[in-house]
This record gives sequence, structure tokens and C-alpha cells, in this order.
Amino acid sequence: MEILLAIITGVLYASGIYMIMRRSMVKLILGIILLGNGVNLLIFVLGRITKGEPPIIDSAEKVLEGVYADPIPQALILTAIVISFGLQAFAIILMKRTFKVLKTDDLDQLNTTDEDS
Amino acid sequence: MLEAVLLGFLFSLFLVFAGSYFRGRLAVLSSLIPLSLFIYFSTFISEIADGKVIYENHEWIPSFGVNLSFTLDGLALLFALMITGVGTLVFVYTSAYLKDHKYLDRFYGYLSLFMAAMLGLVLSDNLMTMFIFWELTSISSFYLIGFNNDKEDSRKSALIALGVTGIGGLMLLGGAVLLGDVAGTYRISEMLSSREAIADSSHYVLILFFIFSAAFTKSAQFPFHFWLPGAMKAPTPVSTYLHSATMVKAGVYLLFRMSPVLNGAEIWHTVLIVVGGVTMIYSAIHIIFRTDLKGILAYSTISALGILVFLIGIGTQAALIAAAVFIVVHALYKASLFLITGIIDHETGTRDVTQLAGLRKVLLPVAIAGFIAALISGGVPPTLGFVGKDLIYESTLHFKDNAILLTIIALSTNVLLFYAGFVAGVKPFIGKLPKKFEKVHLPSPLMWVPPLIMTCAGLVFGLFPGLIETAIAKPIAMTQALQFEDFHLKLWHGFNTILALSATTLILGTVLYFVLKPKHSLENTIAKLDVIAPKTLLLNLSEGFAVFSKYWTNIFQTGYLRHYLFIIVSFLILLLGYLIFSDFSLKIDTSSLADLTIYEISILIMLLLGVLYTVFTKSRLAAVASLGVVGLSFSLLFLFYSAPDLAMTQFSVDTLTVILFVLVLYRLPKYLNLSDSRLRIKHGILSVSFGVLITLLILKVLGETKNTEVTEFYAENAYKLAKGKNIVNVILVDFRGIDTMIEISVLIVAALGVFGLLKLRLKTKDKK
Repeated sequence: MEILLAIITGVLYASGIYMIMRRSMVKLILGIILLGNGVNLLIFVLGRITKGEPPIIDSAEKVLEGVYADPIPQALILTAIVISFGLQAFAIILMKRTFKVLKTDDLDQLNTTDEDS
Repeated sequence: MLEAVLLGFLFSLFLVFAGSYFRGRLAVLSSLIPLSLFIYFSTFISEIADGKVIYENHEWIPSFGVNLSFTLDGLALLFALMITGVGTLVFVYTSAYLKDHKYLDRFYGYLSLFMAAMLGLVLSDNLMTMFIFWELTSISSFYLIGFNNDKEDSRKSALIALGVTGIGGLMLLGGAVLLGDVAGTYRISEMLSSREAIADSSHYVLILFFIFSAAFTKSAQFPFHFWLPGAMKAPTPVSTYLHSATMVKAGVYLLFRMSPVLNGAEIWHTVLIVVGGVTMIYSAIHIIFRTDLKGILAYSTISALGILVFLIGIGTQAALIAAAVFIVVHALYKASLFLITGIIDHETGTRDVTQLAGLRKVLLPVAIAGFIAALISGGVPPTLGFVGKDLIYESTLHFKDNAILLTIIALSTNVLLFYAGFVAGVKPFIGKLPKKFEKVHLPSPLMWVPPLIMTCAGLVFGLFPGLIETAIAKPIAMTQALQFEDFHLKLWHGFNTILALSATTLILGTVLYFVLKPKHSLENTIAKLDVIAPKTLLLNLSEGFAVFSKYWTNIFQTGYLRHYLFIIVSFLILLLGYLIFSDFSLKIDTSSLADLTIYEISILIMLLLGVLYTVFTKSRLAAVASLGVVGLSFSLLFLFYSAPDLAMTQFSVDTLTVILFVLVLYRLPKYLNLSDSRLRIKHGILSVSFGVLITLLILKVLGETKNTEVTEFYAENAYKLAKGKNIVNVILVDFRGIDTMIEISVLIVAALGVFGLLKLRLKTKDKK
């Protein structure tokens, strides 16, 4: 299973990077989201995969024992998801605003600070 | 002594606020500052002559050994008297020279800033404080050279001078740090005791390199001499004060000061003799080709500085005393000649020596001063110049190697300097007065008295060399830690080789003066050689560097996001690729593939299709929708692989993102394919190779054993310490609680940003 996930991660990275190199701002944001998902999956896979054993202590026990999924990557990814949501929301609104003011979503037309050009 | 140094700084600070009062008649009053300092330092003469050395220490940064420690010994006193003495006369002169100038107060401010810095430099016993004052002199010199800041030439020269001397200053810092490291102290007086240790240290050559670079750039030694003629763009008082009498001698001072500490090895002497020798003859020859009075004086100044470096390099008692006397001689005659040039320039409007003649009829006192200055410069008895010249010959004749060669170089230089002195000090005043100069009249005495005072001093010291001997020469010999033999400065030594050499100098100099006339054609000849001059080479180098960096910047700073990303990703690929393939061994565990369930496979296929569709679809809405599919597949993936918290978060976040996207989408223009297919293929190849590398990286890491120490800690303590059973939650809200708090603040900031962007009304924009 890990091998397949590794390949999927590679695909996510490749498509994310391809998308952020496009000229359209929408594609840039899509690329950022894909790349973010790729990073999450990278961390997740590197923490090894465990099926059906969430890191939750049974109500009768006090210590987690036996086979269980690694909680550390999960904590990291949880943080990452939330933060990237902040980023995405901001980026989307910024894009909206930019379009409203400049009437374009082509990045090549945004690389100057001159208002006239 | 601290007060003496601070006085100049305080005065220039005072001028910032009260400058307007000092623009008119009161300007001359500012010369009271250097005058009072001159008197203050004069009171030390007898004490120092008795062999006393006065120390003063004020703690500044004691933990680094950087303190305001001052020493007043023979050497420092000589320079302090020169700085304040010449300073007084220059301050007086300026009040008339730049009379009613709009920025006269500013000029005085820079001038007194410089004076204070220079005093600090020569009085500092601590190399670090010396460095600071050293840089301050460079900076004040920058402002003074560029004083006429509406002229491009001035600004350029100021920059060159600052560049050259600034680099030298950094070298001094390097030398100071190394010396402090080897000797264990920054105090020069304490370094004397570790003289042997310094000479034996492995850093010795490096220290010499740093100290020499500092001294040679400041004192305009070959090949760094070119900034000095350029610096003559400054108003004449500046050329007089900084670029002949004091600042350019800072390098000489440094060598003088460090000589007892560093002159242990042969290399010290060799380098100084060679550089000094080359400089003095090279720039002396340049004099012949100049017609601008200031140009002539600039090159003769460089030549004189070369003589000083050369003498310090010889380093015998006679040579060091010769250097000390020559410093006085040079300050007296060169400063006078500059002031005289300034008067000529001021009254006639030209400095071209081929046009000037007969001015004695209209500027008699100036002519007298010029004549005496020329005599001193030429070393004609009974002036102090004669005494100085004798000492130079004495030291070259008695040097252990190549005495004859060194004497010949010194002789030729002196002949040329004789010529320079007479061209600048006598030629403009003799002959027939051209018609256009008939209306020239004598300026205010404030201008012509200072050069007269200086030249007369040269005459008096020449007649009574004992004054210089007790007050300056002997105390300086003592600072050089020489076991000095008793000596006496005399005008008359009897008939010997030295006298013969002096006589030869005078005769040859006179002949040269009558044979050689300054001509523009000569100046044009040398201008052709500018292509290989050190100045051109260095300027080309710096220009080339600017062109190169512009080119370089244009390659990398295109302003297109995709270019930046392309470069960053390519670099990462190279780095990662090198790491992965330099140690390539892949252990792939295919056994787990056997337990694959249909659910897992279908999720993966869904995920893959979602990603590919997002990338390749032509419809924006479809792209956003398939992105939602990707996000939901992720939720399911997390759910299957024991991460229920992640699944829930991913689900809600993804839903929100898609909704947000769709809300914004309807305002956007058509989804266009903006880039051409070649670019897309290029980007595609780059992205795919990066993806492949990431896959390989993951497989490689999976082949290693995992460290579970931290995981076990949480598994064991989640409940015991934090009373929580969901370990992921416990980590987030308890063990790493502060991280989570900061994360929430980030979200708040993002939310505020979103809110602001939505509410923002660009007033002017909207009205249009």
C-alpha cells in the first residue's frame, strides 16, 4: 500500500508544481492546494500506514499499547490542514479583489507596480 | 584629551542648529576651536620633550577590550599640533575663501568633524577606536570632496575616494582583530611587549597585508594613488587640510605607530621600500605632465607620501627622524602652496600654469609666500626643507643594501619635487603680467596671511633646527623604542657626500625648471596612457562588476512567478537528485500489496482521476469540483488509515474551500490557456521529474527503520499527564498547546485579512 501512496504523493507534487507555474491565478491557487495535499500525504506516509487502529486509548485502559497508528504525523497534518485553509481562503479572496481592481487574472500582467500599465 | 577630541564633534553638532549665525562675518570665529586646541596641545610640548608619555583611559566596551584610551607621545603630539595648527590657518582662510557661500556653515561642520576624527585617530591607543576614527575621517572627507554636490565630477571623485579609503578602513579592522587576537590586547602600547610573539605568529604576513592595505589606500600609495588627484575637486581649503597636510598622512602615521610593533621581519622593510620607492618616483614623473596647479601639487603630495613610506621602510634611526622632520616640512610648504593656489584660483579664475605669469605685481605678499614655500620645498638652505633633505640622503646612503640605487631614486624624486615647488610657487608670479590679469587685486588678509605664517615658520625652523629637534625629533625617536644615539639637527654638516647630493639636487632642479616648461601637449601625451593606468583598470573592474550584477539580476529577477519557481524547483531537483542517486539502493516491500482491499484501490483511483482532471480540464468549475473530489478522497483515506480526526477536518475544510471558490468564480473571466505548448511541456517535464524524485525519496525513507521514541512517550503519557484519551487531540491542545494557540492567531490574522479585503473600498478607484 505504501508504494501506491508514494506514487500518488509524487503525482500530487508534480501536478501541484505544474499548476503553480501557470499564468492564471485560479490555477495557481489550485496548484497550491494540490501541493498542500501532497505534503500532507508525504508526512502521513512517512509516519507509516496502519489500518483500523486509531491512536485512541480504550476507555478501560490508561496507556496505549499494542498496534496503533502514529499520532505525531496526524497532529502535524491536522495543523497543516487548518493553516492551509487559512492560506487558501485568503488567496481566493485576494484573487477576487485583484480581479475586481485590475480586471485580469493573468499573472504576467501583474508583474509591475505601475498602475497605468 | 577626551574633551579635546570631543570639542570638534560638539562644534559640528552645534552648527547643525546654530549654523545660520556662522555664514556671515562670524564665520572666522570658528577658527577659535582649532586655535584653542592648538594652544592646549602646545602646553604639552615641554613635558613630552622631557620624555614623558601621557595616558588617559575611558572605559567604553571593556568586555571587548574596546576603550577610549588615548596616548600623547612625541608622534601623537606632532600630528596633533599639525592638525590643530594647519587647522587654525585653514579655518581662517576658509572664512574668506568661501565668503558668503550658501553652505559655509555646513562646510565648517564637516571640517570640524574631520578635525575631531583626525585628532581621535592620532591620539588613540586602542586599535578599535582608531579604526572608528579612521572611518570617520574617510566619511568626512567624502562630504568635503563632494562639497560642490551639484557637479557630477565632484560627486564621482568623492565616491571613488570613499570607496578606496573605505576598503582600506575595513582592512584596518581586519588587521586590528588579528593583532588583538595574537597580542591579547587592542592597546598599541601593550602590543610592544608581545612584539616577538607577533613576528613569530602564523598570522604575521596576513597582519602586515591588512595594515599595509589600510595605510597604502589612505596615504595614496601606488597603485591606490588615483583617488587623491580626483579628490582635488574639493574646495582648496579641503585639499590643503585633508589631502596634503593631515588625512593622507594617516596611513603614514599608522605605519609609524605600528613600526615598533611590526618591523621585526625583513618583509616589512622590503614591501615599504618598494611601494614607497615606486610611488615617489612614479608620481614625481607625473608632475612633468601636468599643467593644472592643483594637479601638480596633488602628484607632488603623493610623491612626498611615497618618500615617507619609503623612509619608514628603511627604518633606521636616521630614516625615522628624517621622516618625522619631512612630515613637518611637507605640511608647511605643501599647505602653503595649496593656499596660494587657492588665492590665485580665487582671484584670477584659472589654475592653468601655462597662462599664469607676473602676478607678483598685483599679489605681492602671496608671491613672497610662494617664493619661500618653493625654497622650502626645494630644500634650499637655510630653510627647514634643506635639513629634511639632508636627513633623507643620510638615511639612504647608510642603508645596508642597494644604497646607491635608493639614493639615486631619492635624488631624482627630489629634483622633480624641486621643479614642482618652483612651478607652483614661483612661476605664476614672475614674468610679464598678462593684460587680463591687470585688474586682479589682493584678497582679504585672512587669505594671504596664513600661507605667509606657515612659510615663515619653515624659515625659522630652518635657522634654528634645535626647536624641531627637542620638540619633535627626539620624542618621536623615543616612541620608536630605538636605542637611540644622541643626534643633532643642523643646517651645516661640513663638506661631505650629503652636501654634494643636496647641491646636485638644487642644480639639477634649477636646470629642469628652466628647460622644461609645462605644456598642454605633454598633458595630452600622458592622457593616452590612461588606458593602462591603475585608476582606469580599477574603475573598469567596478563598472564591469556592475554590468555583471545587472546581467545576473536580470536573469534571475524577471518578475515572472513561473521563472522563480522554475529556478527554485530545478535547484531542488539537482540537490535532491544528487542526494538520492549518489547512494541509490531501493528496498521495496511489495508484500503489503497483497492485502489490498477493493475500497482502498477504488479510493486511490478516485484520487488519481480527481488530480488529473483538475490539471487537464478546460472548465474552471470542473477543476474546482474535481478538487473537491480529491479532498473527499483524502478524507476517506484518512478514515481507513486510522486517522479519524484528520478525516473530519479535511472533510469540513475541503467543503468550505470549494464553496468559497464557487462563490468567487462567477466573477472571473474565461478560463484561458495562456501559455504555449512548448512552455507547458517544459514545465511538465520539470514537475514530473520532481514528483518522481519525491516518490523515490518516500520509498527510500520507508526502507529505513522508524524511530518511535517520541511516539511511545505520547502513548504512555497522554492519559497519565494530560488526562486525555484521544492522543492526537492531547498533543494539539496540551503537549503542543502553545503551537496551537499561535496557529489560531494565524487564522485570526487570515480572517481579518479576508474581512478587510472584502470590505475595502478603493475610493478613488471606484469613482473612476
